Amino acid sequence: MKRIPVRRGRAAITLWLMFILVCGIIVSRTQFTTDLSAFLPSSPTPEQQLLLEQIRDGLASRLILVGLEGADAPTRAELSRQIARRLRTDPAFVSVNNGEPVNAERDRAFLFDNRYLLSPAVTPARFSVDGLHAALSDSIDLLASPAGLLVKSLLPRDPTGEMVQLLDQINSGTSPKMVDGAWASRDGARALMLMQTRASGADIDAQQRAMAAIRQAFDTVSGATPAARLLMTGPGVFSVNSREAIKSQVSRLAIISVVLIATLLLLIYRSFTALALGFLPVFSGALAAITAVSLGFGAVHGITLGFGTALIGEAVDYSIYLFVQSEQGDSDRQHWIKRFWPTIRLGVLTSIFGFASLLLSGFPGLAQLGLYSIAGLVAAATVTRFVLPHLLPANFRIHDVSAIGLALLRLVQRAAALRWAVAIVLLAACVILAEHRTSLWNDKISSLSPVSQADVTLDESLRSDMGLPDVRYLVVVSGASRETVLRTCEQVSTILQTQVDQGELAGFESPSRYLPSTAMQRARQASLPSPALLETRLAQAVQGLPVRAQLFTPFIDDIAAARSQPLLQGVDLEQTSMAMAVDALLIQQDHHWSASLPLAAPENVSINANRIRVALNDAGLPDVLLVDMKAESDRLYSGYLHEAILLSSGGLVAIIGLLLMVFRSPGRVLRIIAPLAAAVITVTAGLAVFGQQLIILHLVGLLLVVAVGSNYALFFDRTGRPPHPGEAIMADTRTIGQTIPPRTLASMLFASLTTVAGFGLLSFANVSILQALGVTVAPGVILALIYSAIFARQPDA
Amino acid sequence: MTPPSFPAISARVLREVLVALALLLTPVIGHAAEWNIDQLMHGLSQIRSDHATFIEKKFIAMLEEPVESSGELFYTAPDHLEKRTLEPKPESMILEQDTLVFERGRQKHNLQLQDYPELAAFIDSIRGTLAGDRKALERNYQLSLDGTIEQWTLQLLPMDETMQAVVRRICIAGVGYTVRSIEITQADGDSSLMLIEKMAAP
Repeated sequence: MKRIPVRRGRAAITLWLMFILVCGIIVSRTQFTTDLSAFLPSSPTPEQQLLLEQIRDGLASRLILVGLEGADAPTRAELSRQIARRLRTDPAFVSVNNGEPVNAERDRAFLFDNRYLLSPAVTPARFSVDGLHAALSDSIDLLASPAGLLVKSLLPRDPTGEMVQLLDQINSGTSPKMVDGAWASRDGARALMLMQTRASGADIDAQQRAMAAIRQAFDTVSGATPAARLLMTGPGVFSVNSREAIKSQVSRLAIISVVLIATLLLLIYRSFTALALGFLPVFSGALAAITAVSLGFGAVHGITLGFGTALIGEAVDYSIYLFVQSEQGDSDRQHWIKRFWPTIRLGVLTSIFGFASLLLSGFPGLAQLGLYSIAGLVAAATVTRFVLPHLLPANFRIHDVSAIGLALLRLVQRAAALRWAVAIVLLAACVILAEHRTSLWNDKISSLSPVSQADVTLDESLRSDMGLPDVRYLVVVSGASRETVLRTCEQVSTILQTQVDQGELAGFESPSRYLPSTAMQRARQASLPSPALLETRLAQAVQGLPVRAQLFTPFIDDIAAARSQPLLQGVDLEQTSMAMAVDALLIQQDHHWSASLPLAAPENVSINANRIRVALNDAGLPDVLLVDMKAESDRLYSGYLHEAILLSSGGLVAIIGLLLMVFRSPGRVLRIIAPLAAAVITVTAGLAVFGQQLIILHLVGLLLVVAVGSNYALFFDRTGRPPHPGEAIMADTRTIGQTIPPRTLASMLFASLTTVAGFGLLSFANVSILQALGVTVAPGVILALIYSAIFARQPDA
Repeated sequence: MTPPSFPAISARVLREVLVALALLLTPVIGHAAEWNIDQLMHGLSQIRSDHATFIEKKFIAMLEEPVESSGELFYTAPDHLEKRTLEPKPESMILEQDTLVFERGRQKHNLQLQDYPELAAFIDSIRGTLAGDRKALERNYQLSLDGTIEQWTLQLLPMDETMQAVVRRICIAGVGYTVRSIEITQADGDSSLMLIEKMAAP
């Protein structure tokens, strides 16, 4: 009779070792990610797709804002110039701006030489007699104005004022003020620099290298001024910092968590063998979980790993149950398998049912957590049940914990007296929830960001110093070729200009402003009259104006040259400030192009998005979308939040269904669910009281409270059940009739302690999503245990 | 995202404009036993705020006849100057500390004086005049005063070469501590003459 288990045992151990080996190989080849992509949708709408492209490659993703603090203003400006000089030769940076007029001459030359291809005022009408007359008289008026000197030198070559047109368009932005020859913040306390990296913001490694280059340049030039400090911010910097934060936190949490739980177990077991063996299911579970996520998703997110460290405290529970509930030798363990395993199996099943709902989430990050939990718990429980008993040495025993169990039992027997108190607490919790019902959920996507509040504050402050607006509205144009996209941009620009003229917008940007489509450039060229014709028209146009036509001979020459000048290509912009704008506004992705036209709101007024949208729709342009970045990203997140609420409710229904199927007694199921529901309500109310708005990860935490708590509730529920016929009366059930065995009680306390230790640590994480899990699960699990004890059916009641 | 700022207005323009603005000082009544630059400076430095109308004529070689503009001037010590042109086209230019704001039609330009290093010295000279700070003025200009307190002319000749490339001479004429006209002669011979008429305090 003994042989069969032994052979089975060998087979189980062999299988387990092979499984561990395979998992180990897969894990060693797994890619780990830390970007926000796991928390962005897997199947986005067109607007969301644009949003994601913007976040990854767009507009601002490649900007690094640098601030220099400390020392005095002239020193900071000098540092700024020296850093800029070094980095301008670094190919990792497209541009390094600190206010020094490095491109000014080239910019001017580019605009002036190409003014007849670039100016939107260039039309056939502009060069008719009337058009010329109007343009000339405008220019002469301008001569009388304070800005007169600008046009004075230009008048003979550019009497229609195209250069002024172009400068007016480009100068609509504000720039930081100059102090001692470099940009400085408004209060003058910081020198400012703005850099654009060649690599996209999504390329975190490249961003990290760029940051290192900036730091190195700073360290080199600031050697003599130790008082100076370097500040950096920007999307790429955020990604790099988040990755570092998640990396360091996850590894630190994992170590602390293992040490803490090991210490706890050692105190209980007083046996290193038991400790080592107890960690086998945890180790197996973690390997299996990472393997499953790696196979299922191709990569494992850092947050999933962080969550995994907390799950250590949960996976270790199974071995605690085994060791503590059956401490008296091999026969007792066989007995444990018969007697307790079904309960634990049911507990594992309820967890799986709960987490399975997360697998359906359109949020890859959430689905990862679901898969990680399921695979980890199943592996840990299976190893505990089928492998661990065979590995225990014959004389295996742990410290006797019956005394603790008995003490607990006395507490539990008196717990029922607390029912009224609990009822009051629950009532209060419900009242709190009702009061906070509108502000309970945080539906801002920023709540998921792993970026610390300090970093956000620094970013806001540098941005406002730099005068960089937060772009909220973008018109996004996409198309198959650059030419198509630029042509559409020109049509959109016409519509937007109307809105600017009506005061609806302060302005907008467009790549077609600096690089007009070929068709537009041809049309402008075609608007220019032949020299002979222009001469005739000019002679008529100057009538009644205080100028002689002869003054404009250089103008006629320039027009003649412009008529046959080669059309502008992207490469012509190189080495000008305009190249940076075009690079940022016009992106190529695989085989399609997209352009963004950021809109600037009039001062103190917000943009009427509907009006703009209607104007764009009326024009019937294809592939043109007005994107409200803020609303879109919040909508994206709140969509997921609602989905997660729905899925969690689904998980809850599945758990109830499972219990109903197993027990076929609604009353009993209610008794199991009640303490769990009470724990969830109390924790949620507690979070509301402490001003924590719930994000998706709190919800996952609540699901975990139900999953973990169900084990406790089920154990307490066993006491209500008549013993199986033939089930041996255990030594420790000698106390009052059907009460829960003291050792079971002790095991539950230890199990909840390890869980609390694991998740409690997460509460101290700086990454908000990990912290959210921690503050939910740790108190929730304790409450689930206490409520389960209080609500347990009293045998003598 | 905005492209980097671009100096729309040349330093030359600013210089001229600012000279014009800076010298539009109007009155303070006072008496002096002797009439010299110190006396004038002291008198000018007493001015706290002022409001005047102006007519400006620009004589530009490439134009057949001078162009004329008119409008109002405002000054508040120590560093706020405003020139509101009403004819031929409304526009305004406001100097507030180190920021210069041009508005013309819907166009609005903010300029930081520091963006134009040559100009900074120039502005300091203007500030010097406004504050009656002879030392600051003499860093950039050679000053000479003619006439009497009833009818005086202060001439400023730039000493720096880069300044000389733009401005040949600035002549400010006044009665008492009231500036009546500012004449700027540019290096290329073009010139402008601004006649100033004090208005009742607003």
